[in-house]
Amino acid sequence: MSLEDTRANAQQQWQALQDSDKPVILVGTATCGRAAGALEVLDVFRDELPRRGIDATIVEVGCLGLCYVEPLVCITKPPRPGICYTNVTPKKAVALIEGYLVNDDCQAGMALGVLGDQGLEGIAPLLETPVFKHQVRRTLARCGVIDPSNFDHYLAHDGYAGLTKALKVGPEQVIEEVKNSGLRGRGGAGFPTWRKWQLCREAPGDEKYLVCNADEGDPGAFMNRSLLEGDPHALLEGMLIAGYAIGAETSYIYCRAEYPLALERVRMAIDQAKQHGLLGEDILGSGFNFHIKVKEGAGAFVCGEETALIASIEGERGMPRSRPPFPAVAGLWQKPTIINNVETLAGVALILQHGADWFAEYGTEQSKGTKTFALVGQVKNTGLVEVPMGTTLRKMIFDIGGGVLGDKPFKAVQTGGPSGGCIPASLLDTPVDYDSLAAAGSIMGSGGMVVMDEDTCMVDFARYFLDFAQKESCGKCVPCRLGTKQLLDILTDITQGKGTTEDIDLLVELGEAIKMGSLCGLGQTAPNPVLTTIRYFRDEYEAHVIDKRCPSGTCRALTQFVIVPETCTGCGLCRAACPVEAILGEKKATHEIIDERCTRCGACREACPFGAVTVAEAKQDKQLSG
Amino acid sequence: MEERLSSILSSYEGKREELIPILQQIQGEFGYLPEQAMLEIARFARVPESSVYAIATFYTQFRFTPIGKKHVMVCRGTACYVRGASRVLETVEELLGIKEGETTEDMEYSLETVACIGACGLSPCIMINKKVEAKMTRKRLTDVLGKGEAAEA
Repeated sequence: MSLEDTRANAQQQWQALQDSDKPVILVGTATCGRAAGALEVLDVFRDELPRRGIDATIVEVGCLGLCYVEPLVCITKPPRPGICYTNVTPKKAVALIEGYLVNDDCQAGMALGVLGDQGLEGIAPLLETPVFKHQVRRTLARCGVIDPSNFDHYLAHDGYAGLTKALKVGPEQVIEEVKNSGLRGRGGAGFPTWRKWQLCREAPGDEKYLVCNADEGDPGAFMNRSLLEGDPHALLEGMLIAGYAIGAETSYIYCRAEYPLALERVRMAIDQAKQHGLLGEDILGSGFNFHIKVKEGAGAFVCGEETALIASIEGERGMPRSRPPFPAVAGLWQKPTIINNVETLAGVALILQHGADWFAEYGTEQSKGTKTFALVGQVKNTGLVEVPMGTTLRKMIFDIGGGVLGDKPFKAVQTGGPSGGCIPASLLDTPVDYDSLAAAGSIMGSGGMVVMDEDTCMVDFARYFLDFAQKESCGKCVPCRLGTKQLLDILTDITQGKGTTEDIDLLVELGEAIKMGSLCGLGQTAPNPVLTTIRYFRDEYEAHVIDKRCPSGTCRALTQFVIVPETCTGCGLCRAACPVEAILGEKKATHEIIDERCTRCGACREACPFGAVTVAEAKQDKQLSG
Repeated sequence: MEERLSSILSSYEGKREELIPILQQIQGEFGYLPEQAMLEIARFARVPESSVYAIATFYTQFRFTPIGKKHVMVCRGTACYVRGASRVLETVEELLGIKEGETTEDMEYSLETVACIGACGLSPCIMINKKVEAKMTRKRLTDVLGKGEAAEA
């Protein structure tokens, strides 16, 4: 059967599922859904429906990106459109079965939104809800909608139409199309994808390689994981097109071992593609041969750097080497090699499916298309979002994200992971594109976006990143190996009350030197978290070194917690939360913290619903010197 | 051990690029990298033992001591840090009575940290034997670690 015949069948089956008289129940079972208990919910539907004699179709889908209300279930009971339910526990699942499937009351109270453009019984259309209204979901369009383990579902949604087109127009035209789209690498640096490809295509030699970087080393980001779990064929199609364009027959997916479900889904998709003649020899009769091997990353952040990643695939320590020569000329086993990020390759599949103009409809002059972000940290609506390039940080955090958790004041947002920087409230109207973020001292990175409220200490936050960078530094070049260690030591001193004013200037001087002198991207960007926090939050550094006080109450040596008697209601929650019994007080009477016993863990402050636990204005009775 | 080792090695050709996958499979089988296995791998791949150790010590995934039945990994990703991962680690250390990188004497629990699990929207998280547990609080930690009333036998 030809691919187009298979597609026609797949589309028929998909349509039959949509037109079915039977209820259809979608359960989101990606890693975040599972962490919130989606598999237990799935079991309830699988056990209860047959027991009650209800004939329904249950489909496991990927992630809709609404981490904050997982587990998610979407029920379509004809003639009503699908309704999306949030925070579904096993108990609520039973309530949905009884209330809706048996008694026909659609349980509007538990619903987030309804599919389609019409509201229903007081439930708003899902795409009109604040979380979705400002999003343009293209890369993520199929995530949470199709069954990622079902090849036909992908095929029914334009799947592999991009590959068919590529094979028809030829490699040069594919590169031309990608060039016209304006696609830039989604892994961080934003290099134009077509230019890299062109370089590799023109490089002499018959043996070339394609590598997909799915290691997602940036802590605080999970865009690639969600895509691999929710729509794995999108990556394979992008890789096929890229391999065809650059002239590679062998390719690798380098994915971290901490993503077991993503690895499982990718391996399954590869097997399916082989069965349908989309991987192997003479693909779709075009004479093009292509193979994909999966390599599990063994846990090294530096392997996000291209040359280190190559060394790791070759079976060496993941250490970078100097460039040039660039991998596009001499990479894996000294052969021309292209390394692309998961989202870049998924974008390539979309560009070939829908055309360059369609892709470039959104975005700014220099940053085309849409971009996915992991919106996390102290924000209400945590999750995975996709917006046009150029959307402002404010829109992302306050409109889509719903604002800061607990309506606390916004302090900063960190983009680009350990290589990026912190952006303060005064720059919230910065558009999110490669160049604007760079101008603010940060980088786009792969799409991690961590929101912080006033309780986050910027000095300790910088220390956290330097601790990470110092541990992950491979040790090959001196500026990075010793420099990050020195930065970390100085920052640690400051958080322990041993810092001086000169230390702040020393951090800047040393940071600039490390940026200039390091061999690879890790060292060249490692000082960014320190430099941006000093640039935007210098007063906080000064509070640590001059007043010997941590304004946010994070650095334990510089913090003393007190209970404000006027605000305390004597509810006792702080006393119950304290792990060291350092809080005394009778019920309904003002409580008190015994400073000698207090370990400054902050559990009481978090437990207090009235904000009565605060950081003392000035430290008392403490020797901080030495 | 020798039988299991040679059965694993027999599915490889002994190429340099196979070293990491071999180490991963052997650790998957034994839970750690026994010294004997390291020597066998070197012989099999015809490289000095130091080369095999050079790789195994570079990547954080590999370990040289046996691991407990429940492998607890505390995420130290940025989203988890912002939502109190350091206290999560402290609490786990306290509940299990071991420090990061250690295993309990009864071989029930091992405790490690990991750069990021990728469940950042539900932070802070931990992973127990590949199952992600989300939104950790002291109470949730006590529950999932099975350290409730009968704690610290």
